[in-house]
Amino acid sequence: MSEDVTFRVFRGVGDAHGEALGKMVDYTVEMDEGMVVLDVIHRIQAEHAPDLSCRWNCKAGKCGSCSAEVNGMPRLMCMTRMEDIMEETPEGEPVTVKPMQAFPITKDLVTDLSWAYEMNKKMVPVNGPEELDWEFKQEEADRIQEFRACIECMLCVNTCHVLREHQKFDEFAGPRFFVRLAGLEMHPLDTESRIPEIKEDFGLGYCNITKCCTEVCPAGINITDNAIIPLKERVVTEYYDPLAMIARKLGLKQ
Amino acid sequence: MRYDISDEAYTTHEHDVVVIGAGGAGLRAAIAASQEGASVALVCKSMLGKAHTVMAEGGAAAALANKDPRDNWKVHFRDTMKGGKYLNDWRMAVIHAQQAPDRIRELETWGAVFDRTPKGLTSQRNFGGHTYPRLAHIGDATGLELIRTLQEKGVHMGMDVFMEYTVRRLFTKDGEVTGCFAYDRNDGSLHLFKAKSIILATGGITRCWAVCSGSWEYTGEGHALAYWAGAEIGDMEFVQFHPTGMIWPPSVKGILVTEGVRGEGGMLTNSEGKRFMFDYIPEMYADEFADTEKEALEWVDEVISGKLATKRRPPELLTRDVVAKAINSERDAGRASEHGGAYLDISWRTPEDIKKKLPGMYHQFKELAAVDITTTKMEVGPTAHYVMGGVKVNPESQESTISGLYAAGEAATGLHGANRLGGNSLSDLIVFGKIAGESAASRAAAMNGFTEIPEDEIADVISETLAPFAREEGENPAAVVEDLREMMQEKVGIIRTGKLLQEALKDLDLLEARAEITSPGGSRIYNPGWHQALELGAMIDVSRMCALAALEREESRGGHTRDDFPVPDHSHWGKVNSVISLSEDGSMNIEHTTYPPIDEEFKALLDAEDLHEEGA
Repeated sequence: MSEDVTFRVFRGVGDAHGEALGKMVDYTVEMDEGMVVLDVIHRIQAEHAPDLSCRWNCKAGKCGSCSAEVNGMPRLMCMTRMEDIMEETPEGEPVTVKPMQAFPITKDLVTDLSWAYEMNKKMVPVNGPEELDWEFKQEEADRIQEFRACIECMLCVNTCHVLREHQKFDEFAGPRFFVRLAGLEMHPLDTESRIPEIKEDFGLGYCNITKCCTEVCPAGINITDNAIIPLKERVVTEYYDPLAMIARKLGLKQ
Repeated sequence: MRYDISDEAYTTHEHDVVVIGAGGAGLRAAIAASQEGASVALVCKSMLGKAHTVMAEGGAAAALANKDPRDNWKVHFRDTMKGGKYLNDWRMAVIHAQQAPDRIRELETWGAVFDRTPKGLTSQRNFGGHTYPRLAHIGDATGLELIRTLQEKGVHMGMDVFMEYTVRRLFTKDGEVTGCFAYDRNDGSLHLFKAKSIILATGGITRCWAVCSGSWEYTGEGHALAYWAGAEIGDMEFVQFHPTGMIWPPSVKGILVTEGVRGEGGMLTNSEGKRFMFDYIPEMYADEFADTEKEALEWVDEVISGKLATKRRPPELLTRDVVAKAINSERDAGRASEHGGAYLDISWRTPEDIKKKLPGMYHQFKELAAVDITTTKMEVGPTAHYVMGGVKVNPESQESTISGLYAAGEAATGLHGANRLGGNSLSDLIVFGKIAGESAASRAAAMNGFTEIPEDEIADVISETLAPFAREEGENPAAVVEDLREMMQEKVGIIRTGKLLQEALKDLDLLEARAEITSPGGSRIYNPGWHQALELGAMIDVSRMCALAALEREESRGGHTRDDFPVPDHSHWGKVNSVISLSEDGSMNIEHTTYPPIDEEFKALLDAEDLHEEGA
């Protein structure tokens, strides 16, 4: 019952600015029951193109390495079943696979994600207790365990128009890092406030809550409603609450 | 920057401590070494945060005694030794059991958020071979929590991180490590690292089997690098086949199904609907496990309702070696599930509980196998998961038999003996990662300057690294990798025989000859074919170590089962550990040694009848 499938895959490298230099190349391979997109890519490597570049690790949606745009949709290749892809692909058309378009291209399906590593370094870490002795309830844990489920696949960053279209990588932390910041701000053992830099350096105001990030999150994190909007509310309380503004003017509050 | 395929230029880096591998052990070691003031390079094959630790599911074992006050480090030590069938380095098992609780609590000060008990303490779950609920966890994504916490701590420690670099060789002079050589997988550039100490935290080797829970990274470079440099490698016959990997559809075969399913009350049944594990309770565990379904169900009721268990545990919670072999035996007896494994059923619990405690499993089965585990049984079977064997280390410092070369986590041996208990791996990483990092930093602090590395040795590794590009007409390296994995699955699998192991060693010679002439083609930029051509060298040598050590050990124990020697031999093999090293003539040497006798105070904690002592 096996059938052939044709993939049209981006093959090429980035120029000095990470712009794509390359073309789409067709490969046809046999497909077995239960395959995911990543299995087809591996079969293309094994049978046609050993040097076809792609990242992957766990093959079970836990590590967030194999992000790509399949038929134009940002997804994890390891969690995208061919059964579903064949249903959405028009008869006789190839399945297209491209690297994430918001990031500079390294080669083929691999992009340069060093921005994310540098951004992570800018987050002020949890300032927890010195003594190894504390308690907090599951209800407190629940609020941020959702954020801790992020696998750093960067599909949300790839989709966010502030970054994808407007390339505000220097001024905007992007959905992944607002999830991280929300996790830090709501951490039951943390004593820091990161609200000033969330407003100024990380550019939270650029987000106009179109929820595109939430739609593509493979970990099912409610990025906009549970991370970004509460952070926006904290910024409002800190900067625009009339009582707080008066207190600041009187020097009662920094 | 583009590098021509024959460009031999390289960049030189100098660091007090080079940590190879950025999973839990590597990150914890790098944090410890940085805290001690060392300049640290963290060199890893994947991007930061993607290492194998991220895939760990069930939890980290530590005797916090939050769920059951009867627990303490002494019971944890006893369980670890018993699970390891007494081939563990008891000194490491003591250190691990004593220090694991503080290492877990420390993670919470760095931002980890484990599931809580009703009183607000770190919750703990039951797991195979652990007497009490002992695994700190967050749903079934504990590895993600551990690696993310360490990553977030680590990036603020001032270390230099070299992501997507593969280390090709270690350099030594007069028995001391002096540095290592690596290439950047992204652009193919070449890098020399001079170092005062090097820590191997490279994880395991299970990519050498066709059905495995590991990714492309698990090709055993750490084990091979240490071996090539002259270090001793121990216990390589002991490979853990996790009893529950996915088996259907074919493309997901091997992907892990957490032991947490059984810890939460999951039942194993065969094609006849029978809970078969009651038939496989080993003598040494007979007193501790329920022998009727009624008692097993009562235990589950007690645990779920938050009471202290007074009944004995269900036999599904026996150690992994026992459960994997039982599933194998049921299949051989013609009682397999539809696709050749066993059924694992958690659907008797409420959908809410399942989604809260096992969210990853729920999604994994739903999305990859179109199975809803809240209503339907899973199908599972054994998958190559973990190697107990690794670099022989000093238990106090994690230093190998080469001065300045350390190993921690799965790359090291000693803690787990012949079989690792689930949950002991994550705590292993943070306990011994810290110790390795501190030892490596203190050695570096006592040294003056870096040792020069001879140009001819550098030229040699460069030419070996670039050689695949010059080869034409060879096979696609992927074909050799696939044949190697199929061969290991068939001949060095769960059940072994002397004949099959001898065949495996011969096959490895043939595979080596094929590997030496593969031609990947392409350029130096992110070329998986080239990477695979290079990884084959390590894969073949670690496979050889397993086959050789397995051939020598003429008994069955833990993660090593010989069909031709089916029972344990306590008088000889139960007391010796295999040690592999590189001979002067380049051949693989094997001998057997013993650990120092166990101190009386620790021996008193073990089950006397298990020790099979003469006159006892």
